[in-house]
Amino acid sequence: MARTHITTVVNGDETEFLTEDSTSLLNALRDEVGLTGAKEGCGTGDCGACSVMVDDKVTCACLVFAPEVDGSTILTVEGLADSGELHPLQQCFLEGAALQCGICTPGFLISAKALLDKNPDPTETEIRYALAGNLCRCTGYDKIIRAVQEAAREMRDQ
Amino acid sequence: MAITEENPGYKWVGTRPIRPDGLEKVTGKAQFGADLMLPGMLFGKVVRSPHAHARIISIDTTAAEAMVGVKAVITGGDFPDLAANGAHPSEIDVANNTIAREKVLYEGHVVAAVAATTREQAEAAAEAVEVTYEILSHVLTVDEAMADGAPLLHEGMITKGVDPAPEEASNVASKILHERGDLDQGFGEADVVVEREFTTKPVHQGYIEPHAAVADANSDGRAHIWCSSQGHFQMRAYSASVLGISPGMLKVTAAEIGGGFGGKTVIYLEPLAVRLSQRAGRPVKLVMDRDEVFRATGPTSGTRIKVKMGVAKDGKITAAEVWMAYEAGAYAGSPVGAAGMTAIACYDIPNFVVEGYDVVCNKPRVAAYRAPGAPMAAFAVESVLDELARDIGMDPIDIRLANAAVEGTQASYGPKFPRIGFVETLEAIKDHPNYTADLGPNQGRGIAAGFWFNAGMMSSATVHINENGTATVVTGSPDIGGSRQSMALMAAEELGIPYESIKAVVADTETVGFNDVTGGSRVTLATGAAVVDACRLIIEDLRARAAKTWDVELDQVEWVDGQAQHAEGAQPPLSLKDLAAKSGRTGGPISANASLNSRGVGAGFSTQLCDVEVDPETGVTRVVRYLTAQDAGRAISPDYVEGQMQGGVVQGIGWALNEEYIHDSDGVMENPSFLDYRIPVASDLPMIDCAIVEVPNPAHPYGVRGVGEVGIVPPMAAVGNAINDALDVRMTDLPMSPVKVLEALNEQRD
Ligand code: FES
Ligand code: FES
Repeated sequence: MARTHITTVVNGDETEFLTEDSTSLLNALRDEVGLTGAKEGCGTGDCGACSVMVDDKVTCACLVFAPEVDGSTILTVEGLADSGELHPLQQCFLEGAALQCGICTPGFLISAKALLDKNPDPTETEIRYALAGNLCRCTGYDKIIRAVQEAAREMRDQ
Repeated sequence: MAITEENPGYKWVGTRPIRPDGLEKVTGKAQFGADLMLPGMLFGKVVRSPHAHARIISIDTTAAEAMVGVKAVITGGDFPDLAANGAHPSEIDVANNTIAREKVLYEGHVVAAVAATTREQAEAAAEAVEVTYEILSHVLTVDEAMADGAPLLHEGMITKGVDPAPEEASNVASKILHERGDLDQGFGEADVVVEREFTTKPVHQGYIEPHAAVADANSDGRAHIWCSSQGHFQMRAYSASVLGISPGMLKVTAAEIGGGFGGKTVIYLEPLAVRLSQRAGRPVKLVMDRDEVFRATGPTSGTRIKVKMGVAKDGKITAAEVWMAYEAGAYAGSPVGAAGMTAIACYDIPNFVVEGYDVVCNKPRVAAYRAPGAPMAAFAVESVLDELARDIGMDPIDIRLANAAVEGTQASYGPKFPRIGFVETLEAIKDHPNYTADLGPNQGRGIAAGFWFNAGMMSSATVHINENGTATVVTGSPDIGGSRQSMALMAAEELGIPYESIKAVVADTETVGFNDVTGGSRVTLATGAAVVDACRLIIEDLRARAAKTWDVELDQVEWVDGQAQHAEGAQPPLSLKDLAAKSGRTGGPISANASLNSRGVGAGFSTQLCDVEVDPETGVTRVVRYLTAQDAGRAISPDYVEGQMQGGVVQGIGWALNEEYIHDSDGVMENPSFLDYRIPVASDLPMIDCAIVEVPNPAHPYGVRGVGEVGIVPPMAAVGNAINDALDVRMTDLPMSPVKVLEALNEQRD
């Protein structure tokens, strides 16, 4: 079976991989690139556990075919920290106990980063709607919302 | 602050540091069930029944086996026939649920599995397996299953718990009964009696991580399994039984687990992965799709429950009669037993009868879900109690206070309660500003309470002191919501060293002693007690080493603040670091194991206050304010106690308002996706306010009760009572969807 050669930038590094045309970006990242931070919770675009940024847009990696990202720039949870220094969202999720099992955390971090990149001072309601595509079954969202509020505050103060 | 029972001056217990496994989880490094890749690993795919009830006539795997990349195809015939081997019926059910042999009993029941070099090849091969079925008539609900002449799932099923035993088989697996006093007399003493009937649908635990397992089998019959599980020792036992081998042949490593809520205390994929790996001679990964998770795992029972209760004018409950039927799904074992024990356990009621039935039907086998069985019963009982309070004009907290179980009350299920904190949770609600907050138009306020036993069971822990005086705490309880943090906090408190000096880990089945499942809210209680025991053994050892170093009697050495001190101050103290550095000269490595069967559980109570706003035009209910008060005994790790409280509440809100299994008339699930089975999202909810109540459990060194489950017991009734308060309609059928609320409003208008 002929596989397609894809060239991308993943978390700042030029990354090449081979893929079938029908393979999702999520499976390509996990199986071919070896980045398993993005998770599959549903495979149908309903849970947000697979959220990554493709050219600065939050995307459900399970809904994109891998060949579609040829030439794109991708950010996954593995690329959020900067040379080992955690992103304020990561730090606030830790300090605010915004994760229990943690399977949803990579997706929330990416969606929250996308929100704060666009809107550095969101209201609680704006945060809740921006994260409405990310399911968390453990936390009831309370501590996640607070962690995003806290990270936004810290980032504004920086 | 004064040092009291409520605040004994702990240094670490009750603090909010960062959890030990947090960094891996915010950076994407944590390895969950589906994340493991092994060299040469194959991908597996399971073949499932499209029918709710059918006899398997034949399975033809030849086409699948001949396909490119396919390395193994297995069916029920590849597993030992446990029934023929005289195994216990419960083991036979586990085996038959893992892979069907003669009949399929629900849509989604496994009939075969394949392994191939790519996902795509495995999927194609699964489709090429040809199964011929003889379709049988099916039953989907307790009503259908209990009807005269209903088709039977299991031809030999004679109802247990009925004397004399029935002669004819039925779909009723068992009956339970709890009685006290004289019902007629009790209802005779009542001033008001309310009788209502309630129905609930099956709902799924809804963990975001689908089930996943990787198996790597050796040619000598041994195998290593990595899986997402709430109890890898239990997985080992079940898998060994299904495979017909000794548990010692299997090593199971618990991956990080992406939620379970009870649904990952049972096996689905593990023995299939092992058998495929044995046949193929290579590691095999099996991961469920979301629709497989819905169709074939979990859920908890759909139910029909009737409640009749009477109260005197002073609010005293004089009698209660509860009848309940719980769907078990395909095999006996609904949580009706626990439902019967918990239904009225919050209250001291002189006269009652609680009767329950465990009923099989053609849906997936139910699995534990957070306080299994209790939430549906509480929905019914707490709704009726709310109505009684209204009828006699009494405050909903006061009527509960008037009947609340306290220390010494004979619980409805038998034993006398030791010290419990139910009253304290009621008072916490009453004292909170939410209780008197203003309500807007179309808003209403509801109260409900709940009880859960909390489990104890068996745990083991090992504590190692490293050569620099830091410690490693090893347990075998998969950490599903932050328990490694509680283990580390208790160990820090015991040893007197900083939390940061302790690493808490979850070990595989060959590295630590046996641990029962992470379930029943038991880990901080029982595994925590094992950690405390192991730390105390370490301290004994350290004191002995100090005594030897100083050449004094053991009783001259005290352990204070992480160091050995001479009772009279005759020697400079020896810190844990000093002693660890000298360990080679004082008896060798410092390490201790403790194993226990829990010395006593601590009953959990929760009372919750819910404010809703209902749109009378659309029937849409929105939760606008929520408060949960729960007795934690002792909150070792308050962040994660709150997390459990909030998470349980929100699952309950989903159960109350949205969630349900919908089956078509053929018994096929119509909504097996997160799009159509809608769990609460962030924009549906307000913040969930928490009041942690701490009435210490006398049976635990720190007073821990366990907090994971009881939070899901009250929400359905709290929401229903709030809707009733808003619009004066009593909702008796879950979920309380907009359509049903509108119907109820229309009936009220007529
Ligand atoms: S896995 Fe992509 S949205 Fe759920
Ligand atoms: S922390 Fe478990 S799903 Fe969000």
